[in-house]
Amino acid sequence: MSDTGIGARVLRKEDKRFITGKGQYTDDINLKDQTYAYFVRSPHAHATIKSINTAKAKKMPGVVDIFTSKEVEEDKIGGLICGWMIHSKDGSGMKAGPHPILASGKVRFVGDQVAVVIAETREQAKAAAQAVVVSYGVLPHNVDAAQAMKTKAQVHDVASDNRVYNWSIGDEAATDAAFKTAAHVTKIDLINNRLIPNAMETRAAIGSYDTGSDHYTLYTTSQNPHVARLVISAFHGLAPEHKLRVIAPDVGGGFGSKIFIYGEEVTCVWASKRIGGRPVKWTADRSEAFLSDAHGRDHVSHAELAMDASGKIVGLKVHTIASMGAYLSTFSSCVPTYLYATLLSGQYKIPNIYAEVDAVYTNTAPVDAYRGAGRPEATYLLERIVETAARELKIDPAEFRRRNFITVFPHQTPVIFMYDAGDYGAALDKALEMSDYKNFPARKAASAKNGKLRGVGFSAYIEACGIAPSAAVGSLGAGVGLWESAEVRVNAVGTVEVLTGSHSHGQGHETTFAQLVSERLGVDINNVAIVHGDTDKVQMGMGTYGSRSGAVGMTAVSKALDKIEAKAKRVAAAVMEASTDDIDFKDGTFTVKGTDTKMAFGEVALASYVGHKFNSSEIEIGLKETSFHDPSNFVFPAGVHICEVEVDQDTGLTKIASYTAVDDFGTIINPMIVEGQVQGGVAQGIGQALLEGAHYDRESGQLLTGSYMDYNMPKAANMPHIENFKLGFTFTKCPSNPLGMKGCGEAGAIAAPPAVINAITHALGVRDIAMPATPLTVWNAMQPMKRAAE
Amino acid sequence: MPAISMKVNGKAVCGDVENRTLLVDFIRTNLGLTGTHVGCDTSQCGACVVHIDGKAVKSCTTFAVACEGADVTTIEGIAKNGKLHPMQQAFHENHGLQCGFCTPGMIMASIDIVKRNGKKVSEDVIRRELSQNICRCTGYHNIVAAVQSAAEKM
Repeated sequence: MSDTGIGARVLRKEDKRFITGKGQYTDDINLKDQTYAYFVRSPHAHATIKSINTAKAKKMPGVVDIFTSKEVEEDKIGGLICGWMIHSKDGSGMKAGPHPILASGKVRFVGDQVAVVIAETREQAKAAAQAVVVSYGVLPHNVDAAQAMKTKAQVHDVASDNRVYNWSIGDEAATDAAFKTAAHVTKIDLINNRLIPNAMETRAAIGSYDTGSDHYTLYTTSQNPHVARLVISAFHGLAPEHKLRVIAPDVGGGFGSKIFIYGEEVTCVWASKRIGGRPVKWTADRSEAFLSDAHGRDHVSHAELAMDASGKIVGLKVHTIASMGAYLSTFSSCVPTYLYATLLSGQYKIPNIYAEVDAVYTNTAPVDAYRGAGRPEATYLLERIVETAARELKIDPAEFRRRNFITVFPHQTPVIFMYDAGDYGAALDKALEMSDYKNFPARKAASAKNGKLRGVGFSAYIEACGIAPSAAVGSLGAGVGLWESAEVRVNAVGTVEVLTGSHSHGQGHETTFAQLVSERLGVDINNVAIVHGDTDKVQMGMGTYGSRSGAVGMTAVSKALDKIEAKAKRVAAAVMEASTDDIDFKDGTFTVKGTDTKMAFGEVALASYVGHKFNSSEIEIGLKETSFHDPSNFVFPAGVHICEVEVDQDTGLTKIASYTAVDDFGTIINPMIVEGQVQGGVAQGIGQALLEGAHYDRESGQLLTGSYMDYNMPKAANMPHIENFKLGFTFTKCPSNPLGMKGCGEAGAIAAPPAVINAITHALGVRDIAMPATPLTVWNAMQPMKRAAE
Repeated sequence: MPAISMKVNGKAVCGDVENRTLLVDFIRTNLGLTGTHVGCDTSQCGACVVHIDGKAVKSCTTFAVACEGADVTTIEGIAKNGKLHPMQQAFHENHGLQCGFCTPGMIMASIDIVKRNGKKVSEDVIRRELSQNICRCTGYHNIVAAVQSAAEKM
């Protein structure tokens, strides 16, 4: 291993601009003559739009123009799409209601945008937005997933019972039969709390139309600018792809929320033409972000787990109601189906699984992928019911899990996935050791002396990421393939540019991708540039989400490097007057086998472009190669996380006493960056378990958690101390890509919530506790025990 | 519109602002120093922290006119002669940032925490005081480590 190659803790190349204030986020960019957009949003959860009067607002200082659905329809701008078709059990397609970029006829959630004001300054746009008079006819609303199929509040005409689909997976009859043979059945009802992603940079966009060339440019906070360009071209009909450039510059976190195509960004680029080509800039307030970013989770589930007399799991039945919010966001439909129920086998041999999912409309912000997307919901359900079953059977939870672990690979689950490699027992052993599980009773006793209740909770998670084989997802309803592309350009002086369709918004690709190049070509890491986030530079790409940039994006780079190496060998052979088969390439040097004739990589690069030393009709000039990589399987990171909590009996405050995460991510390019991903993911998982929860008021339909005063983000003081947060890794090579990589971006957020809740229920000796387990919730849960003791 | 003048990163600056103009908007828009960020609208995320007369302040909750004559330092002004401030260096060396959006505010707040609490500042104090700044990426682990490491060198 070189000091900048695969496996090295290389400090990040991108850091300098961020620590010196030189990052270029969308709101940092200002274009000549730009105007500012502000959106008029619905104050009602559900209402008809009777009229919109913009006359007074249009006369306000600085107002350039105001647009509503009327102008959108005049210009035939298409609505937002959901790119994954899900079919119900009965074969019918999902019920997708219309989703215009500005609400037409009806608003369906608080925050739905009904008009856009364009003005000379942001303050002027905001002031005029308040003068736009919208007359609403208020309709009955429903914000509660569990009530959606019973309520009179019908969100879309196409879905009379608010049901988007009633989807199922697995063999119902076989599962029912397995339950009949069971010695014990554990039942559980769970709510997976709605979350708001809260990337620290809010969404922003600058749309710009060039009247001379009839060309559009959109700067936007996107995780996947090419997909944005494709959708805006193909579905909104704004401009063909060659007339639209989408740039996602530095992006301040995404966590899924910046995958999707939203109405505001499309509006900015469309409105620029409408006002004669002046750029239109919009930056969301945090309050707008709370209201209008796609939220995550929001499941209501009932599950039953059947065991035989030896404590072996024989079947699992699940019914889930998943809120989709008021509209189907870009990837929303696949989240509670193929990203959720396909993971319900977890790390366990479960011969029979049947799951049914009702996806429902509610009068709330759309729900879509948020870090983990479906897999946290599956893991929470499974690890809560497995822990509960172990307690009911009075088997140690670690032992119960081990008894049911899959140990032979490949393993076909009853819910589509073929797990390719893993060693779950090894991760459990390591986590038990690192967390000093055997001495837990002593620590519990010590806590008790201080009046604290201590508990320990497990989470043995698996996830499927490296999304995803195109044909496979196509057969399941995806509208696009999920390959990735890369282009490697070796310059004549031997420096290298890698253009990738992956997008980095915190993941550190500028470093890790360069490490791969450094390893393969022997080039100094400082002579490698990673280019991403611009559709004019990068040929095509599917972007970053689903922990795919390593397993899919870097594999595309690796394949392009294979071609570079092959071509460079031909050039080297020609220059050194040898046969290509006799050329070895190692550590950046080409040698002729059995001789001391050699050329450095930079010399071969130069020779490739000079073209004097070979026949250019046989070897093409230049050293630049492209690859499109389509993965052959998902990848399956897995691990065991163990959380210990201490609960204050007087206040109900839960402290994370220690957290141990052992993960198998296959090959790790940069352990420092991977650890950072785990730490950040676990923090979001702890946030879900203890602090965060989006709450809509049932009566008014208002979002009550609409700011950082009401929505409790994890802070430094909520996380375990440095010495109490332990990370470990086990290794099984991923067989489906040449680097052997899995994915690490979402694992922490997937694994942590059940580990924390299992620890709290263990500490309190209760069967269940709702997330977020706030001090009030925990304190209330303790009261029956206290009363019993008194 | 009132005219204001102050020192920003050691340089005298002036401008005409509205009474309601926030310091962060003056810094970002009038001065073009976009390293100071806005991450919320309730003065909680801390992405906008700058130093006013040596103290960490949230520039999103400070009127520009209130800074008349003040000495303001932003993230762009803490590296000296091309040498990073020890806190910047520590964030880099400890992988204390991912997307980088909260980072300027984190660094400015952290410098102030160390100045007030000294080299031996405890992990508990760092965590409690950094709860005025929100990071969504790192889980704070490496940020806390960075502050501890910088504290020894400041």
